[in-house]
Amino acid sequence: MKHVLAILVENKAGALTRISGLFSRRGFNIENIAVGETVTPGVARMTITVEGSDPVIEQVMKQLHKLINVLKVSNLSKEPSVMRELMLLKVRSETGSRSDIQQIVETFRGKVIDVSPDSMIIEVTGTEDKLEAIKMMLEHFGIKEIVRTGKVALLRGAKTTREA
Amino acid sequence: MKKKMVKGSAMILKALEIEGVEQIFGFPGGAVLPLYNQLYDSPLKHLLVRHEQAAVHAADGYARVTGKPGVVFATSGPGATNLVTGIANAYMDSVPLVLITGQVASPFIGTDAFQEADITGITLPITKHNYLVKDIEELPSILSEAFYIASTGRRGPVLIDIPKDLFDHEAPFNYDQKCHIAGYNPNYSGHAGQINRAVKAIRDARRPVIFGGGGLIRAGADQVLRELAETARIPVILSLMGLGAFPGDNSLFLGMPGMHGSVTANYALTETDLIIATGVRFDDRVTGKLENFAEKAKIIHIDIDPAEIGKNVNIDIPIVGDVRLVLEDLLCKLKPGNTEKWLKQIESWQEKYPMPAGSKGASSSLLPQFVIRELSRLSEPDTIVATDVGQHQMWTAQHFIIRAPKRFLTSGGLGTMGYGFPAAIGARLAAPEQRVLCITGDGSFQMNIQELATVVNNNLDLTIALINNGSLGMVRQWQEFFYEKRYSHTLLADNPDFVKVAEAYGVRARRAATEEEATRAIEEAFQIKGPVLIDFVVNPEENVYPMVAPNQPINQIITGGDF
Repeated sequence: MKHVLAILVENKAGALTRISGLFSRRGFNIENIAVGETVTPGVARMTITVEGSDPVIEQVMKQLHKLINVLKVSNLSKEPSVMRELMLLKVRSETGSRSDIQQIVETFRGKVIDVSPDSMIIEVTGTEDKLEAIKMMLEHFGIKEIVRTGKVALLRGAKTTREA
Repeated sequence: MKKKMVKGSAMILKALEIEGVEQIFGFPGGAVLPLYNQLYDSPLKHLLVRHEQAAVHAADGYARVTGKPGVVFATSGPGATNLVTGIANAYMDSVPLVLITGQVASPFIGTDAFQEADITGITLPITKHNYLVKDIEELPSILSEAFYIASTGRRGPVLIDIPKDLFDHEAPFNYDQKCHIAGYNPNYSGHAGQINRAVKAIRDARRPVIFGGGGLIRAGADQVLRELAETARIPVILSLMGLGAFPGDNSLFLGMPGMHGSVTANYALTETDLIIATGVRFDDRVTGKLENFAEKAKIIHIDIDPAEIGKNVNIDIPIVGDVRLVLEDLLCKLKPGNTEKWLKQIESWQEKYPMPAGSKGASSSLLPQFVIRELSRLSEPDTIVATDVGQHQMWTAQHFIIRAPKRFLTSGGLGTMGYGFPAAIGARLAAPEQRVLCITGDGSFQMNIQELATVVNNNLDLTIALINNGSLGMVRQWQEFFYEKRYSHTLLADNPDFVKVAEAYGVRARRAATEEEATRAIEEAFQIKGPVLIDFVVNPEENVYPMVAPNQPINQIITGGDF
């Protein structure tokens, strides 16, 4: 099963290496990872998607917690939460296919953010399922390039990860 | 008022004094020249070793005996990388160390400068935490954090890498020993509800055992353990790391479990209905095949490190906390137990399967087990024993009676050949009143043999008992059992004459090849003040029994037919 972990970490040199190193060293697989600052100065938040059984994830969380720079680890998959990922796709397009692509993008509530004579860049945000779906729909036009941010997630309601 | 400015090198020595450090182990070099220059005028004692690895092992031995962090200085590049094995060793065995390495000067970092190595990167997975100091202003807080982290919670090594120029930079020195680290709050007192569950489980158990490890020694839990075991009449099994946490001559002591453990300990762990695991981590050398480990038992696991609980073995009652505090809580709630039937069963195993004294019919040659037993018999009860790694280590664990904690120093987790001799040096400086004995093998000893110079230079009073079987005995044993006696590169036929080697360094030495010679050599060595080496030429065919083959259930024991 996939688990989404939110990790609050002191924004110090090497903190990211400590965390990613721990995953590879103990044989845990990171599916994706997103990092950014938080409302607290000096504290960064990492969202890591990791595949594993419950006992494996428990061990991952305990090991993460042992890192001195790690302030808090929570498993957002165990609680109601919203998860989103942003994807940019560069798709081959010509005069003939442009409006078809436009229609698909609108259906998925995406945006066209760049157009050139033979390509378009599409921005789309959503759950993994949604991103996979639009990717599949655009495949036959010819996807030249994809970039994804990795999943980010927040708990639903007023509660924050810090309090969880 | 203007604050007094202090140089980086002076800050370090001041911090060491505040932390109560008396002894440093190290080796100088280019990047630590300013630090060693400062040390020249300091009252702190520094032991110069002959290889940085020995400095870490010596600091490790010192830390295991005193319970305080061992301190190491080394230079950048090769100085720092030579520390790596010792750091990994201390990390695996949860030994508190503070290591200070010089780094190339700040402007050169990242340029592949002379003697540059990314030691914080290299030691990331083998330190509890590490620091590369970027600014002199942060050095005081890093120093106090390092001591705090190394010596609290689950102990471990902390490394501070300091660019050469920072030793001469100046800043105000504000040192706060009670530092607060947001992401580090070890939990010491056990959960009351869990403790009550444990008490009930102990009360209901008919065949309980206590299985204790190195955590007992680090926590100073030996007294409470003894009271608890004797009150509730529960037999005690200790892992290699735990030896000494319970008296080795107590009738409730069953020995070490696992691969070379006693038959009784392995049978007891197989038949028990309750394991009270304290300060252990269920290493594969202990559990054997996991699926068959303690199938009939409930397990209570008490440990300071939550990540150890449930890592290898499923736990019924986890208790995170300081093992001494938790055992004290348990002790107040326990009533005298009635386990006599179980103890009878155990006694019958003990009678039937004593620790084998060595092969029969090898009367002409000296048996290593005999040597260890003689060393044990002739040593005072407070003797500190340091071992290397291999057959002699297992024979020592089996036959040397360790009566109290902090008297048995061995590389348990990493299994580092070359640990024992420098660790004995550290112990010598840590406990000036006690006898220090290094039991080593001809393979292991040659991994840090250069430290003979250190013991001579400082006239360190210790006895080196070299169990010389002319081979890498443990590996040879595995080749005999599992690789059709194909002794690939394990026979050390071209060993030097160790007596001559020792004498060349200025260490008194003699050889013993019979039982009589062995006894006399030990008696004489124990009379001499200063370093002594005895080269015990033992039967090279001797194997360590009992043995459980790797990844087999621990009740399937190869006994070697010596019972």
